[in-house]
Amino acid sequence: MNVTVSQDSIDQVLEPDGITIPPDVLDTENLKIDVATQWQLMWWKFRRHRLANISAVIVLFYYFVAIFAEFFAPYQSTDYIAEYVYSPPQPIHFFDDGTFKPHVKGLTFTRDERSFKKIWSVDDSQVIPIRFFAKGSEYKIGLHWTKIPLIKELYVTVDRHLIGPVDKDQPMYLMGADKSGRDIFSRMIHSSRISLSVGLFGVALSMILGIVLGGLSGLLGGGVDTIIQRLIEIMMSIPMLPIMLAIAAVVPPNWTALRVYFIITIILAFTSWTGLARVVRGKFLSLREEDFILAARLDGTGRFRLIFSHMLPSFYSHIIASLTLALPGMILGETALSFLGVGLRPPVVSWGVMLQETQKVAVLALYPWLLWPAVAVIIVVLAFNFLGDGLRDAADPY
Amino acid sequence: MWQYLARRFVYMIFTIWIISLVSFAVIQLPPGDYVTSMISQMYASGGQNMPPEYIAQLREQYGLDQPLHLQYFKWIRKIVLHGEFGYSFIYREDSREMIFARLPVTFAISAFSMLFIWIMAIPIGVFSAAHQYSIGDYVFTFIGFIGLAVPSFLMALILMFISYKYFDRAMIGLFSVEYADAPWSIEKFIDMLKHLWIPVIIIGTGGTAGMIRTMRANLLDELNRPYVDTARAKGVSENRLLWKYPVRHALNPFVSTIGWVLPGLVGGEVIVSVVLNLPTSGPVIFDSLMKQDMYMAAGFILMVSTLTVIGTFISDLLLVWLDPRIRLT
Repeated sequence: MNVTVSQDSIDQVLEPDGITIPPDVLDTENLKIDVATQWQLMWWKFRRHRLANISAVIVLFYYFVAIFAEFFAPYQSTDYIAEYVYSPPQPIHFFDDGTFKPHVKGLTFTRDERSFKKIWSVDDSQVIPIRFFAKGSEYKIGLHWTKIPLIKELYVTVDRHLIGPVDKDQPMYLMGADKSGRDIFSRMIHSSRISLSVGLFGVALSMILGIVLGGLSGLLGGGVDTIIQRLIEIMMSIPMLPIMLAIAAVVPPNWTALRVYFIITIILAFTSWTGLARVVRGKFLSLREEDFILAARLDGTGRFRLIFSHMLPSFYSHIIASLTLALPGMILGETALSFLGVGLRPPVVSWGVMLQETQKVAVLALYPWLLWPAVAVIIVVLAFNFLGDGLRDAADPY
Repeated sequence: MWQYLARRFVYMIFTIWIISLVSFAVIQLPPGDYVTSMISQMYASGGQNMPPEYIAQLREQYGLDQPLHLQYFKWIRKIVLHGEFGYSFIYREDSREMIFARLPVTFAISAFSMLFIWIMAIPIGVFSAAHQYSIGDYVFTFIGFIGLAVPSFLMALILMFISYKYFDRAMIGLFSVEYADAPWSIEKFIDMLKHLWIPVIIIGTGGTAGMIRTMRANLLDELNRPYVDTARAKGVSENRLLWKYPVRHALNPFVSTIGWVLPGLVGGEVIVSVVLNLPTSGPVIFDSLMKQDMYMAAGFILMVSTLTVIGTFISDLLLVWLDPRIRLT
């Protein structure tokens, strides 16, 4: 981009005065670049990163589904049919006897000869018709969760789900059922709300820590800088996982789900702010020497204003990119902790909590569909990585 | 030079001291103390209520009635002077035995993973940089990203599932049955090497992705330097051109990455070992935390972190030795 812009200006210089340039010679594209704002340049650069674009769509889709999880999931996270323990996935078929009729096949069981347990399998002779906007269990959409008087009355009760069996008493396990006969597909969707928000809150917390400590370090320099840098180096050289395990393991078992959720978020944030603090410090150090900062300072701008309206805006984009790259680590951290059984606990559902069941390889071998939440994790982590990569490239559009 | 060494060394000691404080805090984390858990354990195994005088005597014996800083001092002094990490009430012996039995395996796996990362990342990174934007570059980048996105414990799960389902044996453990309880010998070591590659690949894959990208970016920077053009103008062959200087330059930051890769590897080792049930530190740390065998947990955290910090220190020294451009400020 640099080359083309400068080429353009060279052309202008070479053009003798008083000669009008025919409009078709004018490179409108380059003129647009000359007058574009920084955010426009970033947007254009970002748009060129194909993989990052796709990833942005995927990430937005994930969050959209997470927000309206009750609608997208055919069942509630706690809905179960005790009978259909570990029933296998029932794939969707579109045609029945040549006519278009979306359906899943029913389930049938045989008895295990030794343990007399029911072993479910898909029975091709039964047809369970499915449809969009099917009736299922009731749920609320609105602001009922805010717990604020009056505002919490703002909700509607709905019983339609994006997809579901026409007769709501018939089973539809698109990705199979778990040990209590709960639908893995639905639980996966409900989990996304917890798993994705842990990442967001964790990143927000570590952003605050990172900006404050990194900023102090970069701005004040001297002793403060040395102490904070030492602290960061120490934190980076210690394997954090055992310490995270240690803190998480001693969370009292009688704590409420919400408190456990917050302590896990804090643990995740506490162990990951160091990277951001380094970025912020580096930026502050280099910005301190910039002419426009000097100009502002000579103009008598106060320190607070200097930081928040001159320095910070010039590297918002870098912060956003760093945060996007930090998010997948948070999601993986929560998944790992919950998987080991020291993170979030049932009845809270997260992808890690769901994966707990796969800890025993024998269970996993019999019911491989329990691994589906892993697919959700991998896709969203990949998407965040590509997105963060694209943002990082776009953050410096010149 | 010596001044730099001395300062790094002092920093390292300081870091280790902070680590020891953190590890000691781990012991204090659970409500109650060692004696409380001992009493409840005795109670659970059918013992009678202990008289309060005896409890007080126990507290005194273990020094639990003293203020915290004295307790810390006692704990750390025992470790430094006698190598005693405190009594583990799961294994009914000093934690030392377990720590020294398991720690070497953890570090063997971490070191091999580091090697694996290099062996994979250097050629791939060089290829990606030399053939920038080629199909191969994209394929490797993509595979690298998948390696980054699949957490090690999931990869362990998936590999375990595949081996269980299709090869009819679980890839659990680090030794064949006949060597599991045998004393260390050359045969046992070779047997371990045969099993080692699975955790090594699982743990190494995550780090490889980042390393490929570092290598690629470093090498691309080098390839744009004027000396490369000069060499090309002189007619140096492309291969020689690539390997003679730019790759060697690009390799330097690799050594410094040991510092930030090693803690991640050790952490990854802990969690993968829990999944694969390897006889390394991971399962013991996890188990002792679950059962609140705090001296064992703290001892492991202290030793694992300390060795990691020492590893980082050595990598810093290596870097100075390798890259004379780094002047010691």
